[in-house]
Amino acid sequence: MRNEPLLGGMAQSAVDRETPLLRPGNTNCGGCGMSNLLQMMRRAVADRPVQLVIPACCAAISAGAFPQAGLGAPTVLTTFASAAAVATGAAAVARLNGEETRVICLAGDGGSYDIGFATMSAAAERNEDILYICYDNEIYGNTGGQRSSATPAGAVTTSTPGGKVEQKKDIMAIMAAHRIPYAASLSLAHADDTLRKLRHALDLRGFRFLHVLSPCPTGWKSEPALGMELVRLAVRSGLYPVLEVFDGRRHQINIEPEFSDEALEMYLSLQRRFQNTGLKASDLRPAIERHWLNLRVLSGRIVPARRETR
Amino acid sequence: MKGQLLSANHAAALAATLAARANRTGRGFCSGVYPITPSTECMEFLCAQQIEKGRVVRVESEHSAMGVCIGAAAAGARSFTATASNGLAYMAENCVAAAGLRLPVVMAVANRTMGPPWNIWADHGDALMLRDLGLIQIYCADNQELFDTVLSAFRLAEDQRVLMPAMVCMEGFILSHTVAQTEIPSQEQVDRFLPLTSVPQQLGSTPHSLGQIELPAQTETHRMQHHQAMLAAETVFEEVRGHFADIFGRELQGALVPYRTEDADTLIVSLGTMGLTAQRVVDRARERGEKVGSLRIRMLRPLPVAAIAREFAGKSRIAILDRDISLGFGGVLWGELARLAQAPVVQNYLAGIGGGDVRPEHLERVLADLKGRRQSGTPVNVEAI
Repeated sequence: MRNEPLLGGMAQSAVDRETPLLRPGNTNCGGCGMSNLLQMMRRAVADRPVQLVIPACCAAISAGAFPQAGLGAPTVLTTFASAAAVATGAAAVARLNGEETRVICLAGDGGSYDIGFATMSAAAERNEDILYICYDNEIYGNTGGQRSSATPAGAVTTSTPGGKVEQKKDIMAIMAAHRIPYAASLSLAHADDTLRKLRHALDLRGFRFLHVLSPCPTGWKSEPALGMELVRLAVRSGLYPVLEVFDGRRHQINIEPEFSDEALEMYLSLQRRFQNTGLKASDLRPAIERHWLNLRVLSGRIVPARRETR
Repeated sequence: MKGQLLSANHAAALAATLAARANRTGRGFCSGVYPITPSTECMEFLCAQQIEKGRVVRVESEHSAMGVCIGAAAAGARSFTATASNGLAYMAENCVAAAGLRLPVVMAVANRTMGPPWNIWADHGDALMLRDLGLIQIYCADNQELFDTVLSAFRLAEDQRVLMPAMVCMEGFILSHTVAQTEIPSQEQVDRFLPLTSVPQQLGSTPHSLGQIELPAQTETHRMQHHQAMLAAETVFEEVRGHFADIFGRELQGALVPYRTEDADTLIVSLGTMGLTAQRVVDRARERGEKVGSLRIRMLRPLPVAAIAREFAGKSRIAILDRDISLGFGGVLWGELARLAQAPVVQNYLAGIGGGDVRPEHLERVLADLKGRRQSGTPVNVEAI
């Protein structure tokens, strides 16, 4: 079954890494965005030698129960807050020995936005030679769906039964402020965008950060088959900006949204986590507009002066 | 071999540096370090060294310091870090991880009181907190011993029959900041003493995961394997002492340091520098015709149970000193050792908790108190007798 083209080469092609990163028989939920990400990474990684560093998160479960290995690359599973530190050690030893190994941190939003934040920030500040990928399902998925600082306002979680009040943390702005060589948000619904950024990030040296909006049917209370559609709606509506930041200075917007309220309503209505809080597209639109105004300025667009509507 | 005037902190760092360089033809050396009183000078010294095929990463926390060591050891390199007190507590989660992953990281711990209330002085409570978690623990009493033990800890921890982290302890300030003439071997001698680091489970190119989920029966097996390896470390340590003597031409202190114990009827048992004070008090008591001896415990994990029981055999009075307290119980060393003694009086004395001086007169008071006892009592503070 080695590199046999599946689905006409869409699901598996000749350029893919020989061993899948996410092996058959893994225990990920159906429709897990991290599964899609790992399959895309298989293609992007190709023949580059990689090692994975995974803190406590859903991907640590993907690694399978001893002695089976659910992940097709050498992997070290770390404590929750230390992925970037452990990756620092592994990458440093690879460099000392002149090895080309790409050390990849695969961490959830809890391990990146919250408990592992200081560790990630410090590794970025030291510009360690790590590719840090945050697959963001906007909750603590592994423990059954509690709020994190990546959970958007209005989402019901098991620890915010009335809906989260606070805004989602702007992780891209924070990582860009570290002036790392490369920070990018990528859309799993746009395969070319995902592949290009993964490949670019794999080949760069220094600290690279990738932010991936990762659908979680279990936590979002959404249909597993609709995961990619949800990402597409988040991109179309402007809710999830897809951009790259080079050296923390040059901002490049990759996908121009339609800012469609219809897409935003659809995004909200397809997830039960938003349904009981009565959140509407019009509630989110002002924050989206403010955020995009800022992104336009950062990306060097001339922005017409305008008064903010109240 | 040449003498150098070094603090114990610097001696630990120099031992780590020599060990690091000795692995230059292997996978090299990588260490994560973070400052905390009183172990800061150890990391500062390490940061000032040039290490071929080595990197010292100045991280943002003790937790990450051990994280870097875990990553480095998982990639097959030699690794070392130093910390103390609340830093060790902050690092604890990753110490457990290093132990569970069976990675041979060596640590120097400058024992300091846990706060708050904040107190920077010596107390063994910090290292003892990690007693049960699968790390080797050795306590030292002087600079030379500390240098020798840190160096030897690499050989012990990296032995294929052992493979686990090793913690080498020195009391904060009392030892960490004491400057003394220390015999330093040449790099060539250290190269001969330390084989290249080999971590059989190291990450390579074949897919395998370190630290994945397992079921109770599997964990039970792994715990028992770890326990057996820990027990084996006692024998391996004796072998390491043999190699040490062959290469450096002097003795590495053993797991226990008995002093005038053979004909003694009374024993003072201790950890760390208090053992040296005890030896002076033993000499004084001997001048008075009292049959007193001292037993200093160097290796707490693995605990050399049989050897300690042999030392305890036939003694009638045993004082166990603790520069620590397990609140709601008493001294930790006493809790460990009392069951090994048949003596009619086994008394626990809490001495120097929170870094108080333990001077010969304190131990004279201990001996006087011990002599007056007909049976063992509850733990007492030496300041109260």
